[in-house]
Formats: sequence, C-alpha cells, structure tokens
Amino acid sequence: MKLKQISIFLENKKGRLWKALSIMKDAGINIRALSIADTSEFGILRLIVPEPENAKKVLEEGNFVVKINEVIAIGVPDKPGGLDGILEVLNKADINVEYLYAFVAKRGEQAIVVLRTEDIDAGIKALEDGGVTILSSEEVYKL
Amino acid sequence: MIWNEKSECMSEDEKKQLQLERLQNVVKKAYENVPYYRKRFKELNIKPEDIKTLNDIKKLPFTTKTDLREAYPFGMFAVPEDDIIEVHTSSGTTGKPTVSGYTQKDLEIWGEVMARALAMAGASKKDFIQNAYGYGLFTGGLGVHYGTQKIGATVVPISAGNTMRQLEIMKDFGTTIITCTPSYALYLAEVAENEGITPKDLKLKAGVFGAEMWTEEMRNEIEKRLNISALNIYGLTEIIGPGVAMECEDKGGLHISDDHFYPEIIDPKTLETLPEGEKGELVLTTLTREGMPIIRFRTKDLTALRSGECSCGRTSIKMDRITGRTDDMLKIRGVIVFPSQIEKALLRIEGLEPQYQIIVTRPHHMDELEVQVETSEKLFSDEVKHVEEAKKMIEDHIHSEIGLRVNVSLVEPKSLPRSEGKAVRVIDKREL
Repeated sequence: MKLKQISIFLENKKGRLWKALSIMKDAGINIRALSIADTSEFGILRLIVPEPENAKKVLEEGNFVVKINEVIAIGVPDKPGGLDGILEVLNKADINVEYLYAFVAKRGEQAIVVLRTEDIDAGIKALEDGGVTILSSEEVYKL
Repeated sequence: MIWNEKSECMSEDEKKQLQLERLQNVVKKAYENVPYYRKRFKELNIKPEDIKTLNDIKKLPFTTKTDLREAYPFGMFAVPEDDIIEVHTSSGTTGKPTVSGYTQKDLEIWGEVMARALAMAGASKKDFIQNAYGYGLFTGGLGVHYGTQKIGATVVPISAGNTMRQLEIMKDFGTTIITCTPSYALYLAEVAENEGITPKDLKLKAGVFGAEMWTEEMRNEIEKRLNISALNIYGLTEIIGPGVAMECEDKGGLHISDDHFYPEIIDPKTLETLPEGEKGELVLTTLTREGMPIIRFRTKDLTALRSGECSCGRTSIKMDRITGRTDDMLKIRGVIVFPSQIEKALLRIEGLEPQYQIIVTRPHHMDELEVQVETSEKLFSDEVKHVEEAKKMIEDHIHSEIGLRVNVSLVEPKSLPRSEGKAVRVIDKREL
C-alpha cells in the first residue's frame, strides 16, 4: 500500500513556510503529518494530506514547486523498541531508508510512521514479509 | 520578402561606390557643421578631402559615448535646430543619456531601414504588428512604429508592459508579429501558459526581438513556446535606433543596412581595424544622416562581419549575433565572463526556466559568482540529495561554459524579477 506525499520547495527566507501553510489553510486542507528537511540553502517541506492533487494545485497557483511521490505508512507498536524492530526488518533485507517521520495521531495502540525507501516496492515487500502493518491511504486520512 | 531589392541586393562594386560617395559627403558635413568634429579633424591634421577611398576611413577619429555625453544636449547636431523635428535619448542606464536628433529625411531613413527589418520577419500590409517596445524617448517604440507605417501593416501601439492586456489583444486582434525584448517575449509565453492560452489560440507567426543581448538557446526556447520564428534586430540610439541590422529567415547573422550605416570591426585595445570574420568591437558610421552625423562610433558591442550573398538573396553585409559588450564583460578572478555564456549554459538544461540573475560579490578579497535560478518541478525532489545533485549539475554546466566554479542558488518559481524592457541580469556588489 503506497501513500501519496507532497513535497514543497522552500527557499531559506523568512515567511516562506508560513506562506505555504496559509495557502493550505485557505484551501481548507488539514495536514495529517509533516516533516521538514533543511539545508543551509533551502528546505523541503513534506506533508501527508487528504487530496494531495488538490493541495498541489493550490500551492502551484501560489508559485510553489510541488512534487507528489509515494511513501509507506506503517503502524508501529507504541512501546520501547517498536521502531527498532521495523528498521531491523529493512536492514536485514538490505533496504536503505531515505527518511522517516511520525504522525501525531495514533491508531489504537500503534504509532504511525511514514518512511521512504529508495525502492518503494522492495520496501513494502520486505515490511510485509516481516509482518509489519502497512496502512492504506483511507486509513491514514481517517486518523 | 525583400523590401527594397535595389538597395539590399546591390552588387559589391555598386555598393562600394555608393558608400564612398556617401562617406565623403557625411564627413564634409560633419566637418563643416559640427564644431566637435572640426576640432578633432584639426587635431589629427586631416581634411575631408583626404578621404579618397573607403579604406581612408581609418584616418578618421572615433566617436565614443563619452564624446556624445560631453556634447549633451545638442552639441552634435549638424543642422539648425529648426530642422530637427524629433529627438530621442538613450536609456541612460550607464550614465547621462545621449541625445539623438532627427530631420524629416532622417525619419524617412529610419522608417526605410525598419521597413526592411520588418519585411525580413515576413511583414506585409496584411499584418497586425503588436509593438510592445516602449514608446517615448526610447527609440524602440517609435522606430518600429515608423517601419510598420512605411510597410502599411497595422501597428498596434500598445507599448511595453501590462502583460494581461498584451495577451488579450494578441488573441482578439489576431496579432501576427510581436516586437519586444526577448526577455519580455519569454515572460509573455510564461503568462500565456499560466492563463491556458496556447499558440493555437493565437495567429502569431514571428517576433522581432532586440534591445538586449540574447542567445541562440533563448531563441529556441521562445520559438518552441510561442511557436513562432524569433528574429534578432539590432540598433542603437546614437546611430538611429532599431533597424541598423536585422536577421532574415536564414538566421545566420544580421544584415546591416550598409548603404546607410558603414560597419568596421576593431580591436578594442589596439583600436586597429580587424579583417572580416574576426571578432571585435563594432564601429559604425552613419552615411546618410543629416541631423546628427556620427563618425566611427564605438558601439562597445562585440561581433564579427561576414560578406557575400545570403541564401535570402540580400548582399548587405552581415554581423554575427552580439555575444557581449565590452562594458558588460565581467572579470571574475581574472577570467572574462559574459552573462550570455551563463544564459547559454542554463538553457541547455531541460526543465529549467530561463530566468536567472548573476550576483557578483567579493567577500574575502576573492570574487564570488552566484547564479540564482528558479526551481522547477523537474529539478525538485522530495529528497535533499537529489535537489543538491540538480544544483551541482547546473554548476557543472556553467563551469564547462565559463571555466569557473560558481555557486548556484535555487530560488522559488517566479521570484526573480521579470522585466518589461531590458532585463537586469547582473548585480555587481563588488566595490571596485
């Protein structure tokens, strides 16, 4: 199960993050999860939102560069070592994790983590084989 | 279409004879009526009678922009002010503007050379020419205007700016030829795309672009996006305005109206005349202007001359596309860099908007060159390493073009200033 993520290019300039978020506010888009990768020169804002295509459209109208790509959402046991067990699965399958970040919301006893592997399909397969819960888009948007 | 076959397709001998007669005449008039030239001729101990062949032009003094500024406002006029019926000035971007005065006959010549230029872009009576060069003291607007009227085409004197209106009129009037700066043409294309206007909604067939330097790569980009033939026009206020030279459909150089403007190429350092085909500074002499004859004007534009019959049938001498100006040449850590080289490198990269700005600084007694480029979806990724690779790829392209490492900054789309006239590409913050 792949989940769509939107990424937004942010110049390292005052007010840009706010500008991107206020465009989404005006469009009534509720953010399910978010992370920022920052370098000294630019930042990448990554978001999980319902209707990513619509979010992309309104952001592009506001002159942002936006890209949609796929990530994996997984349920992680909310206890010490929960994430460790999952990364172990990927490590054993020799799969590289590009980045990951967590949802604020929980799903029962599980924390939700978004992760991006170099090869998404290989990542999903390894996780499934390792018995990890992978969430569908519908499940994520309902959180 | 050739506007004036007799003048544009003259035989070599016929032209040389005409040029000599006209040169002798203009030199005599300048000597007799312009105190500045009389003084310069005396300093060099020459008289108009010393011009016996075209080659004797080398004996004459150069005229520089500084000379014209010193004569500000009307010191270079060769006729009584009553006979001057129009004045224009240069933009004054590099200092005090210079003034150009026109008699009735001068305006006729201007209309004639502009008609030749527009005809090269396929203009006839049937065309709607949307003139988006600025009207006013700048020569662009009225120069094109006189040419379209001479041809009998319909001129839409919209002037520069107001992009939405430009597109609306282009669509509603069925504009066939657009005239503006190349950077503005690209901006028009960009806004049209955003508004969902495609080339199919327009009747545009050609564009006459000039008043700033541009590259072959930029031509390809404009042609692709607007689906037109993009042609290069050249001119300068000091000589007459636009229409000094213009590209024909062959697109292999610009035909100089050399029955009115006599070109030479010199080495800007030694001031020696260079043989045909060699690149150097373009020097122009007006052969027919009455109001303000100019002898051997140093244009600061770098090009080369090529004679011989063109595939279009014209015999007027051609000059290469201007690749730089002696004064917008940047010296970065001792290496000569022209903004056009950077533009060339950037336009080779697929998915890159041709909008850029070059910022030169000297933070620790060392020149640094920063090139700001707008990010596009193609260059962007959700992964930092891929965005950094894209940045490096652009840096490598520029490096291979200019031989220097530069720092590329990716900026957000549409954040660099768009120009409606001449684009400002270089910001030099060094205190030299």
